[in-house]
Amino acid sequence: MTTATPTLLDVRFGPGVRNYLNEDYGFFSWVLTKDHKRIAILYLISVSIMFVLGGFFAMMMRLELLTPEGDLLTSDTYNKFFTLHGVVMIFFFLIPVIPAVIGNFMLPIMLGAKDLAFPKLNLLSWYLYMIAALVGLVVIITGGVDTGWTFYTPFSTQYSNTHVFGTTFAGFIAGFSSILTGLNFIVTTHRMRAPGLTWYRLPLMVWALYATSIVILLATPVLAITLVMLMLERTIGVGIFDPALGGDPILYQHMFWFYSHPAVYIMILPAMGVASEVVAAFTRKKIFGYRFVAYSSLAIAFLGFLVWAHHMFVAGISMYSAMIFAFLSFFVAVPSAIKVFNWTATLYRASVSWQTPMMYILGFIGLFTIGGVTGLFLAALGLDIHVTDTYFVVAHFHYVMVGGTVMAYLAGIHYWWPKMTGRMYPEWWARLAALLVFVGFNLTFFPQFVLGYLGMPRRYHAYAPEFQVLNVLSTAGASVLAVGYVLPILYLVWSLKFGRPAGPNPWGAVGLEWTTTSPPPKENFHETPEVTWDAYDYPAMMKAMGETQNV
Amino acid sequence: MMLTDFPLFPEQASTVAKDVDLLFGFLCVLTGSVSILVFIVIFFLAIKYRRTPQNELAQDYEPSHLLEAVWIVVPSIIFVGIFVWGSWLYFHLARVPDHAIEIYATGKQWMWKFQHPTGQREINMLHVPVNRPVKITMASEDVIHSLYFPAFRVKADVLPSRYRTMWFQATKTGRYHLFCAEYCGTLHSGMIGWVEVMEPTEYQKWLAGGSEGSLASQGEKLFQKYACNTCHTGDSTGRGPTLAGMYGTDVMLADNSVVKADDNYIRESILNPRAKVVKGFSSIMPVFQGQVSEDDLLKLLAYVRSLQKPVLSGAAAPPPPTASSEPKGNQP
Repeated sequence: MTTATPTLLDVRFGPGVRNYLNEDYGFFSWVLTKDHKRIAILYLISVSIMFVLGGFFAMMMRLELLTPEGDLLTSDTYNKFFTLHGVVMIFFFLIPVIPAVIGNFMLPIMLGAKDLAFPKLNLLSWYLYMIAALVGLVVIITGGVDTGWTFYTPFSTQYSNTHVFGTTFAGFIAGFSSILTGLNFIVTTHRMRAPGLTWYRLPLMVWALYATSIVILLATPVLAITLVMLMLERTIGVGIFDPALGGDPILYQHMFWFYSHPAVYIMILPAMGVASEVVAAFTRKKIFGYRFVAYSSLAIAFLGFLVWAHHMFVAGISMYSAMIFAFLSFFVAVPSAIKVFNWTATLYRASVSWQTPMMYILGFIGLFTIGGVTGLFLAALGLDIHVTDTYFVVAHFHYVMVGGTVMAYLAGIHYWWPKMTGRMYPEWWARLAALLVFVGFNLTFFPQFVLGYLGMPRRYHAYAPEFQVLNVLSTAGASVLAVGYVLPILYLVWSLKFGRPAGPNPWGAVGLEWTTTSPPPKENFHETPEVTWDAYDYPAMMKAMGETQNV
Repeated sequence: MMLTDFPLFPEQASTVAKDVDLLFGFLCVLTGSVSILVFIVIFFLAIKYRRTPQNELAQDYEPSHLLEAVWIVVPSIIFVGIFVWGSWLYFHLARVPDHAIEIYATGKQWMWKFQHPTGQREINMLHVPVNRPVKITMASEDVIHSLYFPAFRVKADVLPSRYRTMWFQATKTGRYHLFCAEYCGTLHSGMIGWVEVMEPTEYQKWLAGGSEGSLASQGEKLFQKYACNTCHTGDSTGRGPTLAGMYGTDVMLADNSVVKADDNYIRESILNPRAKVVKGFSSIMPVFQGQVSEDDLLKLLAYVRSLQKPVLSGAAAPPPPTASSEPKGNQP
């Protein structure tokens, strides 16, 4: 159709083979694109930059904590670094990473659709993300912020002399970016499924993204309200949270965690979706208990809204409300446990391939399990009193968010990289990186459980000398982890030029995304697929795919 | 010191420490063994059923759904058990034993101030006797702090809006860390100190050391300094309610609701007296919000509390109007 002169991309993909990458050229064809795949790539680049930035702050903190004295950074700088580490990693990496990169790219393809329901909103959500990120960068460059990512009042409204307003404003804008993504996903899942693709034929990734989107849509507006109230109190002294103005600081914590606890599920649910896809593909088997796994995503989304005050057991809430929140917190663990057991059971009589994505997911299951069971320690009220606000909590949520979400993201990016780019990554290097990430992660964070039980409080710039050995171990682990994270950045970029061409289905996996070319054409499918099989139904899918290839 | 002398488990120095550690140990064993079992199963299956040329496609096999029911129901039951255990411990920690020694704490950026009933004041250092319950009543002068004694396994956030209490009973003499556990700004990690657990005789000796008079007597001076005594005269002629004997009783307010005259009520009635006006009195007391420091508030509180014990007029008979039915004096 088009008569563009042959370019490098044409040479790479073969002349005349059009795909979303060589469909159009030039800067504006990217920044004004409405193609969900290109927007996913824009997100991929943006979140990767933010990950490196957040990782830099983490590394500086770990270096500071090599010695008990606060000697590398000043107290103020250290406080700003852990705040920025949290803000950047949570609002600009963990929350958008899987939905906005992998979800954006794969959701329409998994549904057999040409794009998301609202392509322009999708682009707008990336722009909102970028505006928020730029505001965040301005804050960082002009002096940073030191409240902790939780912005607890009255410290944030009356006492901090740093850029609280700019940071919360950035969080406020970033929230709208995720709201638009969530809205888009919900409508797309409802309205744009291919003929024959009923709800119970959907890949579990779609169920997970759908559940995530519900949480995003219901919780994020509360964050927006909370941050606006905080900004009003800080700038013009409206007394909402500050007791000196007649407010209640505990109210802030309720409102903040009403968003921020569900936000944990915004981070982990898509990771569970990736895990289900990868386990199915690398065992060549239907996920055991498909419906239980699908419903457990919805159960987590629902129960996740009812447990926020378990962050506040020592904050001054009544004994009885603490009991109710503790009780419900145990029950949010049940659907997570269901998933772990079902993934495990799927391995039985499977054909397990130990390729990189599967290695990451096996690591994910292990680390997420540890993150999950240590959550039980924190939900047990009398024990929480001792360990809350210590490194035990730090270790716990890093096991969930880094051991969970980041591991699953890495699994997903390796699994779908051939589809997104048309190229294979180098398997040997990738396995090495997966191993380094796993070992480095455990070395970094396991000692922190011990530190926490010993009583080392979190957010400490200097600490008691008897905590040093464990901190040195943790910093050593962080160095290994850093190497493990840098490697994929290098070899994935390398593979863009030198990777082996992937072909449409390098894994012999099932799922609509593997029935189209790699990279997919702009409209995803050359003709609208019709689905006559269940998700992960290997015999049926293999047969159907065989027929497609014959056409 | 580096490699030879570092602990992996905190000291057990309070009555609740071993209870908390028991639950912790139980959970470690329980979750540890379940996790390890899961890991072993995963690795066993992932290796046994690894992809080989003979095993290219998974076998068509759907395990029994009874399994699903088992791993939904069994964890749920275990979780209820852990919940009950944890809550029992929490209730135990929330119930302050009778006859606890009362100590007052103020958190401010970035130090801990402690005041003993006998008037001793200390900063970032707390002396307590061994084997006696100690109750700490705390408030913050600025942001939220959190008082944490790892060796006692207790911690509570300290708020600028109201009093909170915590208690412990030390079981071993010695020096233990106390930390601020809620991030509070620049020198958060410097807001630390020591708790010194002493033999009772040593403690008595320490208490006998110099002080500016008991906390209550210091409060009495403040009561005059702030001219509280001009209205709270202690008899029926005063424009403010009588405070003697009021602490701990139910007070009827102007809107006919009843509140308990506890620490937080007294604090609020000093800082913001118009919030809860005692029935029969008019709202004329000035607002002291921002006028009285948390330290002074605690002294005033100690004074008001002391007014109940030495029954005001030598006789045991309660002051003029009946003690309980009539809105007992207090308040603006």
